[in-house]
Amino acid sequence: MSETTGTTWTCYDANTMTQAEIYGRVLCDIGAQRPDLIAMTADLEKSTKIGLFKDKFPERFVNVGIAEQNLFGVAAGVAKSGLLPVVSTMAVFTSMRALEQVRTDICYQNLNVKIIATHAGMSFGAAGTTHHCTEDLAIMRSLANMTVIAPADGIETANAVRAAIEWPGPVYIRIGRGFEPVLYDTEEYGFQIGKAVELHSGTDITLICCGITALQALEAAKMLKESDGLSVRVLNMHTIKPMDTEAVMKAVKETRRIVTFEDHNVFGGLGTAVADVIAASGKGCAFEKVGIPDTYCVVGYPEDLYTHYKLDANGIMDKVREVMGKDFEEDENWDDEV
Amino acid sequence: MPLTGKELSALQQRAKKLRKDIVDTTVWAGGAHIGGANSIVDILNILYFKYARVDTKNPQWADRDRIIVSKGHAGVGVAAVLAEKGFYKKELLKTFNHFMSPFGMHLDCHRVPGLDVSTGSLGHGLAQGVGLAWGARFQGKDWKTFVILGDGECNEGSVWEAAMSASQFKLDNLITIVDRNGLMMDGTTEQVMGLEPFDKKWEAFGFKVRIIDGHDFTQLADALDFALENKGGPVVIIANTVKGKGVDFIENDVRWHYGSMDSALAKKAMESIDRMYE
Repeated sequence: MSETTGTTWTCYDANTMTQAEIYGRVLCDIGAQRPDLIAMTADLEKSTKIGLFKDKFPERFVNVGIAEQNLFGVAAGVAKSGLLPVVSTMAVFTSMRALEQVRTDICYQNLNVKIIATHAGMSFGAAGTTHHCTEDLAIMRSLANMTVIAPADGIETANAVRAAIEWPGPVYIRIGRGFEPVLYDTEEYGFQIGKAVELHSGTDITLICCGITALQALEAAKMLKESDGLSVRVLNMHTIKPMDTEAVMKAVKETRRIVTFEDHNVFGGLGTAVADVIAASGKGCAFEKVGIPDTYCVVGYPEDLYTHYKLDANGIMDKVREVMGKDFEEDENWDDEV
Repeated sequence: MPLTGKELSALQQRAKKLRKDIVDTTVWAGGAHIGGANSIVDILNILYFKYARVDTKNPQWADRDRIIVSKGHAGVGVAAVLAEKGFYKKELLKTFNHFMSPFGMHLDCHRVPGLDVSTGSLGHGLAQGVGLAWGARFQGKDWKTFVILGDGECNEGSVWEAAMSASQFKLDNLITIVDRNGLMMDGTTEQVMGLEPFDKKWEAFGFKVRIIDGHDFTQLADALDFALENKGGPVVIIANTVKGKGVDFIENDVRWHYGSMDSALAKKAMESIDRMYE
């Protein structure tokens, strides 16, 4: 597959390129058209793959050294000078070390800074808790003006980066380390910020996922259809904020059972955001959140950790069967459920 | 350019007027950071009225010079200066701190015309100044970025992260001024967390250093002229100032970091300001 043909975007060779590498390439493509795009990092040009941009546009690349607070403060200034900074460093340093710069300098001033935060969730599993980041969705979605996206794979990351460039104000894109398996085989599935993607249709139960859990949920849905005859809807809720409330409420009404899956603390992230929507609607449904159970994760390779914390297809299937077994009022009368 | 006698006299007259506006606003607001505002106000006075290229009719003018008051608690001083410059009417300062006012203690650039950067949390201004100066140079623009830091603020590690990068990026279009009033909330800077040898620290971070009396307009003009002509790297002007300057009964008094005044005390303050330059 070719990288680009003329002005039409086509799919990157996702099987041999990592998630991070794909966004690095996409950034180079956008950079060729946007002379105001400035790429920035804090001594992680190789780990985050933003260094690909440096190779192509060295004069438009800023490395501030190991100084994340300075990274986001400088990015705010660069944005204020009329340029478009795209900043990449690890999610844990973005959301915690430099949180006040992200909040006060970038979000409060509503600046056009795009953030690509890497190594999120447990994707840097063997590195341990200092480098895991299972809190960022909760933190970022509480910042006014911030848009929060957790793409499912490298292809969706490419779409998210392109969309973020055109989207006004600060955007936080959360990706893994880059070695995650690929979900999509094409970029042409109608990605839109704030619009969930239905990966699998279903009427018995809805799985709402983001990031690495989307692929696992899809696998689980396919297997459950075959083995249990269950009709499982899978929503890739790639945008955590603003959330696609319409898709959530449609799932509440049509499937009456919702389970959320995320590579994040079960408090404050995708599950909480979905629960907010349901609670505010006054409508009821069976509901479960699955994620990291409010703990600092053990060490291991990411795939082992996803299995351990039941964020893989097997874990998802077990959870679906459990929720399907729950007694739940299934009539169509909504009036008695407010 | 060195100050003319006429310029000096105008700056001094305005220095008194601005201090009176700060006292008035302190009364209207029910309290204000009057100490730090009075130490910084001469720096703002000469920047806005002699050096900075700004347009009150077009506050967002792309080619304006940028002024970042990193010690955001001096907002009452900044608000008075921007009013005097003509960005809005001084009347508006009567709302300071009150419900839905454009002015709180720490100013918001979305609500205060003429203000370039929202500050308040310390240690954030210099990094944004580095970004602005880098952006100006990248775009081939000749506008300058001025950042005014508090001295106590220089306890923040982020100030030194930014300083390191200003020097690494050789930003000679970035001019940093430290309002060295020697006091922070809990005592003198040297008691609480010593900064000296302060000039040596900046030098070690790659800055050219000028140490001046921050209330002497002639010295301020000389230092700013030097900074504006300097090439190859950043300059810092350490402006030795007096917290509360001009209001004799609050000068150098750590209790007047933030304070309120009734009309009787304000009258006393005005009388003290009238005696300046005597």
